[in-house]
Amino acid sequence: MILHTVNKSPYERSNLDSCLRVARDGSGILLLEDGVIAALATGTSAEALKSAQSGKSVYVLGPDLNARGLGDSDLVDGVKVIDYDGFVDLVAEYDTVQSWL
Amino acid sequence: MKFGILVNEGPFNHQASDSAYQFTKAALGKGHEITRVFFYHDGVNNASSLSEPQSDDRNLVKLWSELGQENGVELIVCIAAGLRRGLKEENLAPGFEISGLGQLVGAGIDADRLVVFGD
Amino acid sequence: MADEIPDEFEDDEYEGVVKKFMFINRKAPYGSIYGHEMQETMLISAAFEQDVSVVFMDDGVFLIKKGHDTEAINIKNFSPTYRALEGYDIEKLYVEKESLDARGLTEDDLLVPVEVLGAAELGDLMETQDIIISA
Repeated sequence: MILHTVNKSPYERSNLDSCLRVARDGSGILLLEDGVIAALATGTSAEALKSAQSGKSVYVLGPDLNARGLGDSDLVDGVKVIDYDGFVDLVAEYDTVQSWL
Repeated sequence: MKFGILVNEGPFNHQASDSAYQFTKAALGKGHEITRVFFYHDGVNNASSLSEPQSDDRNLVKLWSELGQENGVELIVCIAAGLRRGLKEENLAPGFEISGLGQLVGAGIDADRLVVFGD
Repeated sequence: MADEIPDEFEDDEYEGVVKKFMFINRKAPYGSIYGHEMQETMLISAAFEQDVSVVFMDDGVFLIKKGHDTEAINIKNFSPTYRALEGYDIEKLYVEKESLDARGLTEDDLLVPVEVLGAAELGDLMETQDIIISA
């Protein structure tokens, strides 16, 4: 299955929407760079990410969260915070990567 | 596992090059092999020997140069994208090489995974 | 572009290795260079005889819209080259239906024959690929 990466904020660009439209159950979604903003529990993408988790695993890159003054407690329930080592592991674990730029 | 890395953006304007660098460094640290790092579109600017960032911030060109040289990782700058943007042999930082898009396709064929970093 | 067909590889370096490459074009033409430069990559991949699929989705559908007239913006119109893909054995061109609909476009607006896929079908097709390059 594919690891989808989303690196832009949903308030800037619609690549998370495109990703969620196309991603199949069993795939993974990694939010990194400005894309971590999508994981805010109080944000406009919260519902979409909660629904997405019924079939897909959602990950957030911790270093990008921290850089933007955000922490685990700000996030939608169920998303897994990982670091760069974890990012490498995910790429190895999934079969292919699709970067939604 | 063998990773190919594609960097679509130059240093500083976007986080892409930083993310690619951190990923590549982590992958090497975990014992993976990097087939090559291919710099395309504005990514060619990561190879500019003329880059002089402020001294209290990271120097991405230098970081990539060192990573390439210390780990034997190929850092390939696309010739066509480079020419468009003024990257030539004479202003290429150490460790970088100019070559064709075939190297990107080759990385896709040779590596187990290709990871794209961009805007 | 075609002069870039690589000679830096030994002829048989990748002989026999055929991977499924998918190129996903999501950005409109001319506002950025990604569509144009991706086109160059797709043509090079043909020289390696890989199994290439090309997707146009989101604003990428405008890359293959008929009628680009770029004279007044003074940027080279690279859309005619999409018609040459077939000559390079790149025949699997796909467009996402949702992207067309959202932009009020139909297949008739496009300058090359494509297969229109719904998002879910496109997702399934993506899952069959070895390498996905997108911009």
